[in-house]
Amino acid sequence: MIKESPLAAAAAIYRQEVPAGDYWIKVLKQGQSIRILDLVGNQAADTLFYRADDPSERYSAVDTIREQGNVYLSTGSKLLSSEGNLMLEITADTCGRHDTLGGACATESNTVRYALEKKTMHACRDSWLLAVAENPQFGLTKRDLTHNINFFMNVPITPEGGLTFEDGISEAGKYVEMRAAMDVIVLLSNCPQLNNPCNAYNPTPVEVLVWDAQA
Amino acid sequence: MTDSEQNLLYQDVLPGGTHWSFTLKKGTVLRLIDQEGGANVGMLFYNPTNLLERYNAPDTLKCQHVFKLTRGNCLYSDMGRIFCSIITDTVGWHDTACGSSNKQLIAKKWGIRSYQQYGNDWTLNGQDSFLIEATKYGLGKRDMAANVNWFSKVAVTEDGTMQFDPANSSAGDYIDLRFEMDTLVLLHTCPHPLNPAPEYPKRSVIYQLRRGSEATEDDVCRTFCPENGRGFRNNHLYHLLA
Repeated sequence: MIKESPLAAAAAIYRQEVPAGDYWIKVLKQGQSIRILDLVGNQAADTLFYRADDPSERYSAVDTIREQGNVYLSTGSKLLSSEGNLMLEITADTCGRHDTLGGACATESNTVRYALEKKTMHACRDSWLLAVAENPQFGLTKRDLTHNINFFMNVPITPEGGLTFEDGISEAGKYVEMRAAMDVIVLLSNCPQLNNPCNAYNPTPVEVLVWDAQA
Repeated sequence: MTDSEQNLLYQDVLPGGTHWSFTLKKGTVLRLIDQEGGANVGMLFYNPTNLLERYNAPDTLKCQHVFKLTRGNCLYSDMGRIFCSIITDTVGWHDTACGSSNKQLIAKKWGIRSYQQYGNDWTLNGQDSFLIEATKYGLGKRDMAANVNWFSKVAVTEDGTMQFDPANSSAGDYIDLRFEMDTLVLLHTCPHPLNPAPEYPKRSVIYQLRRGSEATEDDVCRTFCPENGRGFRNNHLYHLLA
């Protein structure tokens, strides 16, 4: 469901542009809101969440979609943990629909999806691997790189059981915003994929904005 | 005696609401038979020589452009390799997007039957079942992933609504999984988390082991899509010096 945010960019306590092919990892405090802004359009932001004080509890795609009874994420979606706890809620969304079934690209899955020769092309899971290696303070390893959300990505499921990657429905200036219900580590890869329409074959930057809890 | 009976190496029954695990060698065929109809088998896969390589449901779905699993489909690891392929399927639809039941879900839906009061007729949940099996191999909560739910169908309407089909699998329905590499298999027979049955459904499953033959060039799984051809090629490279 399309819903605009009442939060003004000028009131954000943090703003950071994340180039395509790069990662972003930070702790978001309970009550804070995070916005991911698609600056140029049709960009995919592959995102994972972990409970900050016990990262073994993490975002669970399957629990989230099963409990809301719908495979797509949008305003009102409650992002649940592997323990069934509320981690974040999507409070605003000007894109309308986000995927959580397609997973993140990897060099290995690129060999299967496109060609064995594509194995050296940059991929989201490489960004995540570098993120956990460069940020040992979070205690994350490859074990923790699991089933993510693809913000802005359009992956329709058909009633017959098909799944396709379609052209994005996002545009420049569209965004999704979430409020944290607990302290969470946010790990985002701004997708470098060049082989499918998830980035319109042209990976571009996104911006991350954070607001403190609203009174 | 039929070929199938002759090749049978082992069979056993898992009662409903239980769990088990085993390591299967490349070339083994695992048959799962829904004994009474309405079974659910939760399953996860790991590489026993590198437990960091594990079943990846998103890769499995997107590599084959499917939401359901059936004959011809392969189950991929996060490293671009195929753990096993579905060479026979009398059901037609298996789920890998709904996860497993947990304690809260069982309590809300069917109520908790404690071991103290009910003994082994208690109401185990899928998540605890996986954790018990996983911990036998040094794995834990951080190693859990989106699992397969064999025999269960959850379809999706145009607007994304998920619908469980209680009539998906009948007594005697079965699948054959051909293992394309050595694989650690964790499984449970706890009910599908979207099963609307008024009572906690306990459905037993027979599992059988046979020695299979290698996938031919025109194999139904290898030729399901060009992606699977490349997946088999990755397995070939993995076994090059084995």
